[in-house]
Amino acid sequence: MDREAISPGRRKVLQGAGGGAVLALMAAAGLFRPGSAWAEWNQQAFEVKNSLNDAVRALGGSSAPEQSPAITITSPDIAENGAVVPVTVTSKIPGTQNIALMVEKNPNILAANFQIPDGTDPWINTRIKMGQTSNVFAVVKAADGKFYYASKEVKVTLGGCGG
Amino acid sequence: MADPMKIRAKMEGDKVDVRILMAHEMETGQRKDAQGRVIPAWFIQNVSATCNGKTVLSAEWGPAVSKNPFLAFKFSGGKPGDKVVVTWTDNHGDKRTDEAAIA
Repeated sequence: MDREAISPGRRKVLQGAGGGAVLALMAAAGLFRPGSAWAEWNQQAFEVKNSLNDAVRALGGSSAPEQSPAITITSPDIAENGAVVPVTVTSKIPGTQNIALMVEKNPNILAANFQIPDGTDPWINTRIKMGQTSNVFAVVKAADGKFYYASKEVKVTLGGCGG
Repeated sequence: MADPMKIRAKMEGDKVDVRILMAHEMETGQRKDAQGRVIPAWFIQNVSATCNGKTVLSAEWGPAVSKNPFLAFKFSGGKPGDKVVVTWTDNHGDKRTDEAAIA
């Protein structure tokens, strides 16, 4: 996804000027790939298609996540506009480190992954896109490295990923 | 340069309730324009919020977060007047930082 976003013009410049020095300069100037320039972005996890287990593995899980009643997903049962679906996740799992939001039937399952430092409530409220009626998963990583999830079906009458 | 974020940080008991509204297209890379060409993906990838130098939330986002993203969270350890600083970075490498004082 990123690579396509780099304009062909820039690619030509890179080839023309013969590589490394320009690349280093661009990186230094913060013009290059954001992933390398500023913070980590787990491209592998965001490229997982529809498998909850694969997505959890890409986030560092060693086994399949366990369903847990300690995670609550609050969202409309029916979303009229799939482009804006409000979702609130509350986790009562002790030592919640991460909360990830996944939409099973989106082109890529992972929508967002939040890191919850000590002192921050395991509570997130945001808005996501849904292409069609689907299960929404809230996946929690606990302090012991185990993953737990809750699932909720949200019906979508107008998709948010069409073209 | 992207438009500023709207940030509201308010004490709620002993916790700080933070609400953020960002201005961003969040283009998925799945849509096509009228000529059938794919509109390239353009979305916020990283978000982080700090208060008094301590990270209070960080996130990695994909293009499935809604256009003009909204985010709310709560943390403890802040007091009125402290500043909450929020930064996002998108897949073009653009970034934007805004701050708000806790009320």
